[in-house]
Amino acid sequence: MTATREPILSVRGLEKHFPIKGGGLIKRTVGAVRAVDGLDLDLYPGEVLGLVGESGCGKSTTGRAILNLQPATGGSVVFQGRDIVGLGRKEMRPLRRDIQIVFQDPYASLNPRLPVFDIVAEPLIIHGLTKDEAELRERVRTLVETVGLNPEHTNRYPAEFSGGQRQRIGIARALALEPKVLVLDEPVSALDVSIQAGVINLLEDLKERLGLSYLFIAHDLSVVRHISDRVAVMYLGKIIEVAPRDVLFEAPTHPYTQALLSAIPLPDPRLERSRQRIIITGDVPSPANPPSGCRFRTRCQKFANQLDDTQREKCMTVEPPLESRGTDHQSACHYAEALKVL
Amino acid sequence: MTITNDADPRTPLLSVQDLNVRFPTEDGLVHAVRGVDYELHSGEVLGIVGESGSGKSVTSLAVMGLLPGSARVTGSVKYRGQELLGLSDRAMSRVRGKGVSMIFQDPMTSLDPVYRVGFQIEETLRVHDPKLSSKAAEARAADLLALVGIPNAAERVRSYPHEFSGGMRQRVVIAIAMANQPDVIIADEPTTALDVTVQAQILEVLQTALSETGAAMVMITHDLGVVAGIADRVLVMYAGRPVEVGGVEDIYYEPRMPYTLGLLGSLPRLDASTKQRLTPIKGSPPSVVNMPPGCPFAPRCPLHVAECDAVEPELVEVGHGHAAACIRIDEVRKAEGDAATVFEDSSDDATLTTEPAPATPQEETAR
Repeated sequence: MTATREPILSVRGLEKHFPIKGGGLIKRTVGAVRAVDGLDLDLYPGEVLGLVGESGCGKSTTGRAILNLQPATGGSVVFQGRDIVGLGRKEMRPLRRDIQIVFQDPYASLNPRLPVFDIVAEPLIIHGLTKDEAELRERVRTLVETVGLNPEHTNRYPAEFSGGQRQRIGIARALALEPKVLVLDEPVSALDVSIQAGVINLLEDLKERLGLSYLFIAHDLSVVRHISDRVAVMYLGKIIEVAPRDVLFEAPTHPYTQALLSAIPLPDPRLERSRQRIIITGDVPSPANPPSGCRFRTRCQKFANQLDDTQREKCMTVEPPLESRGTDHQSACHYAEALKVL
Repeated sequence: MTITNDADPRTPLLSVQDLNVRFPTEDGLVHAVRGVDYELHSGEVLGIVGESGSGKSVTSLAVMGLLPGSARVTGSVKYRGQELLGLSDRAMSRVRGKGVSMIFQDPMTSLDPVYRVGFQIEETLRVHDPKLSSKAAEARAADLLALVGIPNAAERVRSYPHEFSGGMRQRVVIAIAMANQPDVIIADEPTTALDVTVQAQILEVLQTALSETGAAMVMITHDLGVVAGIADRVLVMYAGRPVEVGGVEDIYYEPRMPYTLGLLGSLPRLDASTKQRLTPIKGSPPSVVNMPPGCPFAPRCPLHVAECDAVEPELVEVGHGHAAACIRIDEVRKAEGDAATVFEDSSDDATLTTEPAPATPQEETAR
């Protein structure tokens, strides 16, 4: 389905390495945290691509590198036919009209000293998109209504709004320039569940009404399953599996995806108590010094229990590439096998 | 495994009655916990769920006597029939760790960074058993670390907390909590700070700790999935009060309080292939300063009628060992656990918390 369409955003070999400085007077670079280490992904028009992974896997850094908020150290990000890696602030500015971001923490991402009107109006003013004061007022009013807030409250300050409402203000600000792509960096994880649901519904409505494409970054797989069309799973700076939503959740092929899905508790006592869990051992290794070969092998239940020594040798020496496992479905494992875990 | 009140004739291990906690602040008295009652019997796991600010953590800190001195705590907390409220810190110290122990949310801050983890476990052991030799204490500390799944335990007792990852630190905290074979372990969001794969490991360790010590547990969390897996009974808190309590299956399959129903309906499901729309609960939880009379959930409730604002409903029995604080239980029963029949799926959220809620359609018809 997606193969015939042109992606609106195409990322190839994206790298973001943070230097580790040594101690002492001369801060020499002694190594690098390979937060994003060769990442490929495509976002198609009108689609929601979920990007999931545990903390430290590089999913937020990916989002910021795509927007050039933290310049990538390698690879390419082609947006509307133009590579934006290495572009300066000035060159980025016209592109920012089309690609915007919503941040995780609605308490930190809104200036507490600005009334909501100014927060939402700021992008319009910076880009000079309104002729006069009356038009600006009208546009802000429409935006605030679009995200389900009362336009009479725009003279208030962020502190007077609840967490969910603040996140809506952040969304209104991101929508001000009528972008085509929104990068949503954990947009609901700071919110309580009853409030989170309203913001998720809003994001779904906006996507339909405005024809947006989302890169939806989250660690909560339930939310991702709910909202995404396709899902990409990250581990230590790389994508290890990408598939259409139901394929990924019903027949994951990478052992990490399987373990991740299996680890999430279901809010259903009978189901939850009858499940067989795959429990992986240990913690995520340091991205400054990832394991050789397959990055997941140190925690992989398949590597530990099912493979023989010659097969393990391959895991330890050869890094598995993303290979096709069916229509639009790729995973990076030498011994990938579909397994139903839910 | 479920033990209901009448099936167990012995006195409960832990009995909390009419617990109230008030904090004086500049804005007035914050009534954070407004009358919590529960009983915990041996071998039982009680899940306390609620959103942030619902008073679930303050409740457990009050039980442990760990609230700051300015907090005003009233009511009764009995451990094996012994009243804990009003005990001196010295007397309370004999109960903490031995009778009732606690696992905190953040393993980064609940261990002391300047002492070796072995020392911190041994300290807990020695406080309750001064005659214990240092050799025996060290051996016991290593055993405990091995029990909670720390590899190479005999050597890791000499490590400092910063040498462990978050998941490993939480294992150390669990080892400390189970060191003295307590009767009750209170776990306050023990997995919230952890990644899901590590959370699954820690939940396993908690099960081990329970079967190893035979302790009963109070599991405080906002994650309805975690509670579904571990709890025998569930207490749902809202605005400082229990609004529904019952067996785990009653709560999940036959909720009777609109808040519980809404909470379950607002959860996206990992195991649902159809794109069913979520049913958010409008508005946000009330501020616990100067609460208006009536049901605290009324401003957000789709079943709200005028009578809801008159008095705050008490918990009433709706089934065996199942109680809910709502006067419109029959309407909730009709929904048969399907939140979509009661709650709207509108994505708007236009009311500020500082203003009264607009009248709902039901309210207008009731008038």
